[in-house]
Amino acid sequence: MVGARILLESLKKEGVEVIFGYPGGQVLPIFDQLYDFGLKLILTRHEQGAAHAADGFSRATGKVGVCLATSGPGATNLVTGIATAYMDSIPMVAITGQVGTHLIGNDAFQEADVTGITRPVTKHNFLVKDVKDLARTIAEAFYIASSGRPGPVLVDIPLDVQRADTEFIWPEKVNIRSYQPTYSGHPGQIKKAAKLISNSKKPIIYAGGGVITSGAALELKELAEKLQAPVTTTFMGLGGFSGAHKLFLGMLGMHGTAYANHAVMESDLIIAVGARFDDRVTGRLDDFAPGAKVVHIDIDPSSISKNVRVDVPIVGDAKNILLELIKEIKKSPDTTEWLRTVENWKKKHPLTYKDDSAMIKPQYILEQLWDLTKGDAVICTEVGQSQMWACQWYQYLTPRTFISSGGLGTMGFGFPAAMGAKIGRPEKEVFNIAGDGSIQMNIQELATCVANKINVKVLIFNNGFLGMVRQWQELFYKKRYSYTPITSPDYVLLAQSYGAVGMCVTKKSEVRAALQKAIETQNTVFIDFRIEPEENVYPMVPSGQAINKMIEGLA
Amino acid sequence: MRHTISVLVENKFGVLARVAGLFSARGYNIASLAVSETLDPQISYMTIVVEAKDAKVLEQINKQLNKLIDVITVTDFTNKEYLDRELVLAKINYAPKDKSKLETIFNKFVGKIIYHKADVAIIEAVGDQHQIGELLNELDKFGIKELVRTGKLAISN
Repeated sequence: MVGARILLESLKKEGVEVIFGYPGGQVLPIFDQLYDFGLKLILTRHEQGAAHAADGFSRATGKVGVCLATSGPGATNLVTGIATAYMDSIPMVAITGQVGTHLIGNDAFQEADVTGITRPVTKHNFLVKDVKDLARTIAEAFYIASSGRPGPVLVDIPLDVQRADTEFIWPEKVNIRSYQPTYSGHPGQIKKAAKLISNSKKPIIYAGGGVITSGAALELKELAEKLQAPVTTTFMGLGGFSGAHKLFLGMLGMHGTAYANHAVMESDLIIAVGARFDDRVTGRLDDFAPGAKVVHIDIDPSSISKNVRVDVPIVGDAKNILLELIKEIKKSPDTTEWLRTVENWKKKHPLTYKDDSAMIKPQYILEQLWDLTKGDAVICTEVGQSQMWACQWYQYLTPRTFISSGGLGTMGFGFPAAMGAKIGRPEKEVFNIAGDGSIQMNIQELATCVANKINVKVLIFNNGFLGMVRQWQELFYKKRYSYTPITSPDYVLLAQSYGAVGMCVTKKSEVRAALQKAIETQNTVFIDFRIEPEENVYPMVPSGQAINKMIEGLA
Repeated sequence: MRHTISVLVENKFGVLARVAGLFSARGYNIASLAVSETLDPQISYMTIVVEAKDAKVLEQINKQLNKLIDVITVTDFTNKEYLDRELVLAKINYAPKDKSKLETIFNKFVGKIIYHKADVAIIEAVGDQHQIGELLNELDKFGIKELVRTGKLAISN
């Protein structure tokens, strides 16, 4: 069997049903096999779109996303998508063609050192130099991508390896002696944590993306209810705890709710579950939660004590550890007084916006979207103001309903990711919350959506600015709007020219009807919402400040 | 402060780049690095000497090394008993009359002459960091024209 065929057989063995990709000279044998193999390839209009779509597919389903590109520029176009997945610990396998082994290092046509380029942004990568290693390498790639702390793995396959012939031997089990992730938490550490929890008076649960990766949402809910402890999530953790639960405080950090930030700062115990104390969460580190002890549950030992000093680290899988921890906690703390304090913060500092403008407020669109869907949708986002509003003004009830580039903050992620999500969850309504800046970064995927009848609904919050940068310029650079005003095409005509449906909404009174129409439309829809141009995202913690030093201005 | 770390890795192409990349990506400088095969040809042994400004940086270095897929074990020799050696070759200014002076030095410190001609001698020395330091101080008096060092090798005892 030739290498190209072995690759596809291996993908089949891994249960892959769909891949996202783009052909080219150094993957011709693979595309030739794809012609009648029975594995679906979604032909994107840019390799970056393929990488984000594979990522979005993975985030929506929990499965490993797969993308495929040719050597050189095809592969380098994947890099932003790979880095995006890496920063958010998304399991993905990227397959790239490479020039023939005899040409590697010769500056051959469309040659790039792709394993070199992607080394810092992949969990691991491989260059397959012998076809006999191919099947095992693919098995290892999927194993590494999906186990431990997940992440993207790249497999670079030279042209001659794709053509070379060997027997297809599929390894039923993968064992890598140098890679043995820890899944169960140390019992002694769990006991220590349980004791700290029982003795706490003001505990708070701080949950991150690890809860979603590990499938620990039920266990998290059980722990929160058992302790009667308030829960805040990171950006990546949204959906890991129901946004409608009375113990939920929303997201914390730079654009988190004021009450979540106050609660964290005043707590005496932080129970961190699958979160990494990112700088957007902690603000000024020296001032972060000064009175709190920290229990940190994480599968990646290098996340522990990286930013914040930890009192009880527990390395392992969040679900396993939460199950054990719940059993181990004999006495729940009395949090009545604490919850009352938190409730007061909620009343005193609610999330709010001034809805008095003739212009459409972005928050209003999200409120209407919530009202129409009640959380039964997948919300993808681009990056910037629209993304932050989507975190604040929509309630995520279940895991994998919020899909957004967190760590890397990649503009242009949302639309192709929404495409991948829709393919993974065709029964769900999938929205992309976009700004007029971000949507123009991968807008070519309109063609992919229409050609494949991937009906995603793109809500463009069009304010004529690169809004988040403009907001920083307004607040910290004396309103010198340097290169942040941005023009857009006529999105209605643009959508129509691709065969999609375009709408333009300029009045508040038309928002709900437009959303309703988008939901009912069996096609990809672009809605161009002309929103208040200088609306800001609040609350906001200025860079380098403690997270309870928020600007809460009503815009 | 300098720390000595040994790392057992899979003997594959690209592994050194992964290890080196881990340091460079974080702006940590490698003071010395020695790599070679072990008894098992599939495994290589690296001795890395690294500058870490505090315990937190050192902890991250250890954890990040462990996180690399091709790394089998990491041993941080800080607070551990170990022996270390380094091989040094030094090319110094030399005149035949220096021979007895050099022999006196070699009676006291490590080192020997492995080559000499009219005006140049090459000295070989194997020792720990302290011994090598002392020897180089002495050789400096003759004028060191060129110096090559293997970097530290460390083994637990």
